[in-house]
Amino acid sequence: MSNLADLPGVPIEFKRNAREALDDGQLRRNFRGAMDFLMAKRTAQFPDADELERLRAFGNRVRARALSKLPDLLERLEANLTRNGVKVHWAETVEEANAIVHSIVQAHEAKNLIKGKSMVSEEMEMNHFLGERGVDCLESDMGEFIVQLREEKPSHIIMPAIHLNAGQVASLFHDKLEVDYTEDVDRLIQIGRETLRRKFFEADIGVSGVNFAIAETGTLLLVENEGNGRMSTTVPPVHIAVTGIEKVVENLRDVVPLLSLLTRSATGQPITTYVNMISSPRKADELDGPREVHLVLLDNGRSQAFADGALRQTLNCIRCGACMNHCPVYTRIGGHAYGTVYPGPIGKIVTPHMLGLEKTRDLPTASSMCGACGEVCPVKIPIPALLRRLREEAVRAPDEGPHHMRGQGAKYSAKERMIWKAWKAVNTSPGLYRVARFAGTRLRGLMPSNIGPWTEHHAPPKPAARSLHELARDHLGDE
Amino acid sequence: MSHQPAAAPNATRVAPPLQAPRSYPAKPSDVFLFGTCVLDLFFPDAGMDAIRLLEREGIKVHFPQAQSCCGQPAYTSGYTDEAREVARAQLALFAGEWPVVVPSGSCAGMFRHHYFELFKDEPETLRQVESLAERTFELAEFLLEVCRVKLADTGAPVKVALHTSCSARREMNTHVHGRALLAQLQGVERLDHDHESECCGFGGAFSVRMPDISGAMVKDKTAALKGSGAAEVVSADCGCLLNINGAFEKQGESLRGEHLASFLLRRTGGK
Amino acid sequence: MSAKERILAKLRGSLEGTTAVADDYDEALVTVPWRYAPDKRLDRLREVLEAVHGETRLTTSADWPALVLAALAERGIGELLVSPATAHGQQFAGYLALNGGSLRLKAYDRPVEEWKDELFFHTPASLTGTLGGIAATGSLIVWPTPQEPRLMSLVPPLHIALLKASEVFDNLFEAMHAQGWAGGLPTNALLVSGPSKTADIQQTLAYGAHGPKELLVLILQDA
Repeated sequence: MSNLADLPGVPIEFKRNAREALDDGQLRRNFRGAMDFLMAKRTAQFPDADELERLRAFGNRVRARALSKLPDLLERLEANLTRNGVKVHWAETVEEANAIVHSIVQAHEAKNLIKGKSMVSEEMEMNHFLGERGVDCLESDMGEFIVQLREEKPSHIIMPAIHLNAGQVASLFHDKLEVDYTEDVDRLIQIGRETLRRKFFEADIGVSGVNFAIAETGTLLLVENEGNGRMSTTVPPVHIAVTGIEKVVENLRDVVPLLSLLTRSATGQPITTYVNMISSPRKADELDGPREVHLVLLDNGRSQAFADGALRQTLNCIRCGACMNHCPVYTRIGGHAYGTVYPGPIGKIVTPHMLGLEKTRDLPTASSMCGACGEVCPVKIPIPALLRRLREEAVRAPDEGPHHMRGQGAKYSAKERMIWKAWKAVNTSPGLYRVARFAGTRLRGLMPSNIGPWTEHHAPPKPAARSLHELARDHLGDE
Repeated sequence: MSHQPAAAPNATRVAPPLQAPRSYPAKPSDVFLFGTCVLDLFFPDAGMDAIRLLEREGIKVHFPQAQSCCGQPAYTSGYTDEAREVARAQLALFAGEWPVVVPSGSCAGMFRHHYFELFKDEPETLRQVESLAERTFELAEFLLEVCRVKLADTGAPVKVALHTSCSARREMNTHVHGRALLAQLQGVERLDHDHESECCGFGGAFSVRMPDISGAMVKDKTAALKGSGAAEVVSADCGCLLNINGAFEKQGESLRGEHLASFLLRRTGGK
Repeated sequence: MSAKERILAKLRGSLEGTTAVADDYDEALVTVPWRYAPDKRLDRLREVLEAVHGETRLTTSADWPALVLAALAERGIGELLVSPATAHGQQFAGYLALNGGSLRLKAYDRPVEEWKDELFFHTPASLTGTLGGIAATGSLIVWPTPQEPRLMSLVPPLHIALLKASEVFDNLFEAMHAQGWAGGLPTNALLVSGPSKTADIQQTLAYGAHGPKELLVLILQDA
């Protein structure tokens, strides 16, 4: 991402990023291998197609129910968490969320934060924000730790360092941690473990995300395999959880289908090593756990998606990453090319609400609409239909009401609108269509050998000498 | 529930079964053919072969000359109003009782699924949409499930790869029907290809708006088709054929995808 | 207006005229496919747990202390973190007194802040009880207590857990329901399904990422 693209409203240079990624053979191989691996793992977890379909429908209903009473559930969540001793904060923007975190940091004169994996904290660019204010944020998830050492962003929401192979991590550790070069993954992980272990108990504050916030019991549920999430939420004296307002579910039992869908869809596991349910800070007689627990509920454009019945389905997402694992576009360009925190199909439908359509104008277009994402989505988000809807919002005239999205009309072009109006005229008028067809077939010899982007990868298309209309009329007569 | 070992990375993902299996009518005396715009201009012979296959089943085929496009190009580009008007023109042409046979899966999917979205605010029109959706069949589906064809292969033994359009496979189950028809041909051995269920990269306007990514996808697809060991490539979706054949030609390959209708007719002595 | 009021007002405005989606919870779907005959339940739990490098041993309420001792000896571990305030802690201490050896028992008897360094760097193994297990996913139900705090099952490289066979449930839904979780969850409730692991480097699985490198589950068949 260039500095320019960091400015609000300046479009992410998606096409340029994509071209660079496509030219990187190592990256292409790393992603192809990783996506094949994750697809096969998921497939093995769902041997019964009928169970899968019924569970997806169930997951969809559970999420739809939660969203259908979202404001009530958020209030209930807050009431129950407050009763349990957890402090709840609300933020409309990432700036507000960062300010809340910073005020907690200041109240404790904290210098070191240790972080479990949290995509919402990436959304907030919390590390950068606090770093500028002299607070050190260290990522403790192995993948996030690697990415942070490389001064990069995660390339996948579940496996942040999936764009790298062991050799690249070996070089990184050798350079940055001054250890002997080794490509032995067990050894590399032990190096990470040893480096981070001391950091856990030095940290003043632990930060985490939330997978499900349970209104009924006032509980924050986190899933993970490494144990860094438990460390971050248990060892430091203060725990700050950050999450989007859509993550709430109504009842504890609602997490049963969602948890099963999440871990099986994400990494092909029946369950993660740890399911960590946090309901309160350390009680008087308890010997560990943070003495303060905070929850920051972040909107950041979610309420815009929520306002429209169709777009609201975007908020069903449980962040499993299956859509990117199965996406032929993501597989080829990787996560960084999107230039957004959430890459892949879900990123294309959620990010426009966070950043506006001007900035994300190319994202909805970057899909062949093959439908793989919608097919695997565990909560049945109709991703292709939502991509199409975003395309519609992007080409509507900026001043045309009603307004559903920030940046409506980001791809509006009077010229393109005229072309489609002409296309409509041709395809609704048999006379015009006949002329166009005639021109297409009879002038086919004049088809230029270079017709823009198409001929970069294809021979120019050659219309037939006579159209089906003509052949059919000869054969069947005029109808 | 048993835990099977992970499938091989290259295994073909198959779309989940459609929610409610379709019930099929008895073979009709008359059908409409909706030719589709890409086929009209680039693969008219495949359209004629579809007509001949239907006629061989004793069905009278009607081809309304005023037909044009299903509206999909504008629809997927976000020009919903323009798509709706083009769709409306087709709706009027294909009214009545006869089934509508479409030799291109994604266009059939447009009739069967997406017109509901286009006309969601027009209750009157929705009745026509519903009638059209119920009567729309992709060609392979129609031959297999309505005509219940029994194909007698007259060709020499051959290995073929079948490419199915993604949206058609997911909306219309075309992979199931295409495979079943090919399986009837005694001399034809269908070979799986690498990442068979992955998109060829066409996606209509996607192929010109995002040529780099689309180009990388079709490069992989053509390599997979070629690498399958198949001597012939068959598909029932003209958009994919345009993409795959254009790429093969650009690469200097002799392999070309053939429309399923043409392949079936040729193998069964129809031409 | 506060951020909270503004967010809630927007959400409420968007829901105007809509009705809440009914709760048609499909209990059968999350239970029926995940049920096991009583004589297969433990097999299932062991199979799934062992698939992720959890070790399991079948034993009895009388014999398990010997297995703990053997497991520690096998690994050359001379210290065990165990609570003297629990029944199993007392049983183990009693066994140790009779069967001797040089094993030193250590208690988590003060706030973590007072012995962090020792816990993190000089505590090679821990022994805890569990509230039960879940066969479908090979999980242990662990609700930390003042006697067995949260870090006991996380920080030491070897975690030994006692599981009573009678407390193994078929699936999460049934465990939750039988134990009445919705009526009140503790400060921290955990499902533990194997030793800590990661596949963050080139999808290669490695155990002992941040938590225990080894999880040994002793299943008490008569309890």
